[in-house]
Amino acid sequence: MFLKLSNIHAGYDGGDVLKGIGLTVEQGTTTCIVGPNGAGKSTVLRVLSGLLKPRLGEIFFNGRSIVGLTPRQILALGIVQVPQSHSLFPSMSVRENVRLGAYMLHDAALVEQRLHEVEEMFPVVKTRARDKAGNLSGGQQRLVEFARCLMLDPRLIMLDEPSMGLDPRTFKQVIETIKVMQSSGRTIILVEQNVRTGLSLATNGIVMESGRVRLEGSHTDILNNPEIGRLYLGGTLSNA
Amino acid sequence: MRMFKAVGLLALLAIAIAFPLVFPNPAVTTIALFALMFAAAASGWNIFSGYTGYIALGHAVYFGLGAYALAIMCQDWHIPGGYLPFLLVPVAGLVAAAFAIPLGWISLRVRRHTFVVITIAVFFIFQLLAFNLTQITNGSIGLGFPIPIDWFGNVNNFPFYNFPFYYVTLAILLLAIAISWWVRNSKYGLGLLAIRDDEDRALGLGVKTGPSKLAAFVISAFIVGMVGATWAYYVEAIYPDTAFDALFDVAIALMAFLGGLGTISGPILGALLLESTQQYFALQLVSPGYYLIAYGALFLVVMLLLPRGIIPTLNERWAKFKVTRLQRQQDSGAIVTALPTPGDGAENVDRKEEINL
Repeated sequence: MFLKLSNIHAGYDGGDVLKGIGLTVEQGTTTCIVGPNGAGKSTVLRVLSGLLKPRLGEIFFNGRSIVGLTPRQILALGIVQVPQSHSLFPSMSVRENVRLGAYMLHDAALVEQRLHEVEEMFPVVKTRARDKAGNLSGGQQRLVEFARCLMLDPRLIMLDEPSMGLDPRTFKQVIETIKVMQSSGRTIILVEQNVRTGLSLATNGIVMESGRVRLEGSHTDILNNPEIGRLYLGGTLSNA
Repeated sequence: MRMFKAVGLLALLAIAIAFPLVFPNPAVTTIALFALMFAAAASGWNIFSGYTGYIALGHAVYFGLGAYALAIMCQDWHIPGGYLPFLLVPVAGLVAAAFAIPLGWISLRVRRHTFVVITIAVFFIFQLLAFNLTQITNGSIGLGFPIPIDWFGNVNNFPFYNFPFYYVTLAILLLAIAISWWVRNSKYGLGLLAIRDDEDRALGLGVKTGPSKLAAFVISAFIVGMVGATWAYYVEAIYPDTAFDALFDVAIALMAFLGGLGTISGPILGALLLESTQQYFALQLVSPGYYLIAYGALFLVVMLLLPRGIIPTLNERWAKFKVTRLQRQQDSGAIVTALPTPGDGAENVDRKEEINL
């Protein structure tokens, strides 16, 4: 099993947001987590990144428990996250932001090679290299965030609402980029409010509600489930 | 462009070396010496506060520790006047740095505004300790130094008295610049700048935020400690309220803000401008305190016109000028292959200038 979460309870000062969730992710797949606001989708990613320690439960990555590891140790395992909000450092240049993605690497030649690769993949990294990241449009910032996450050549990429707030053209670019990541065999966990877009990109889908996994299956199973519509229209899933 | 900059920097270095030889008047060299001292201290302070965004208002602690460390070493080891105390200046800096490790470790457990308050509190604790640990510091009676000698072995022989102090301080300033340049252009510095922008995000990218901040804090304390030791030997006697002086904290912060926080040359420029102006007004306006009015007025004018500091504002204006010139060339039909976006482009040019300065 590539990634397995069992009975995870985690939250912030106000109490648990995740109430015993469990899910599995196979290597090379794209798993889309959907659910209404407050379902705990982003919290799952924060737990996996080591930014939030679970109160209870276990997480195994490639057979190894990663609960309690620091964000740095988790990055070293090849797990990276592109957060929901604009996560670039606004007063630093685009190139500096991308280089920060490889902060963990000590081989300067390898960093240069990776930088060259992401420049090829994301031309904005090269054309706006010296611009302050805060001066880029929202879509360009998203692409630079993708470029930064690829600097570590990660094994598991977690994308938190990558399509949020993008214009149609940039949205298409972002979708294409995700497809390129998929074609290179990377494992992706995608959190998406846009259910149809998210699930159409994914191989598997997970529906969360109130900190629990309510549905899990292939993306077609989830898309064809009649209760999905009801959930997003304000209803709740019946306990299956 | 790079060649032009290298030649410019070498010319500045040559001017700095030749300055006391060309203008040996003690009044002039005294102003220059104090300006260099503050330039080195502000540059050292900027390595921590400018790059991490944590504003420290307690670096007078390390200035005072450097001063007292040298005084105590000279007293206890019976160091004679002359050049020998200068060799102990780095040791005094190391003493200050050693104190900065636990103090930084404690104060950096909190963030931003709370950190500022903690540094001020630490400053007052050390000033009180200097008054009260009479066995070590001699309390309010203070500590004296052996009388310095000039190049020619004469005691207090003007106009050459200032020369050794000037060159030792220049060496400390060059060291501070070299460290600041290295930090700004290294992976380590990249982590510090990330901390300045968003510490949690930096942590999420694998930056060891705690050790990185502490290392910068200790480096800056080392430089400020060396400046304190040199200053103490120059003034020949130190007291708790002069070695641990709250105005020193305010001064170096203002100098860095004026020149440009987080830039390499900004704090140096700010210190050279403010300290030399202050010293000049202090000499010209006989009544004590008058110079502070002129000093304050000048500062207000500069802050009104250049709120981000001199270096970033000049860089920005230069970049905008270049963008406008490119646009004019395009309008007049000239072939332009890459036109920066207005605003964005300004920052584009600005960034590189800022890194190298």
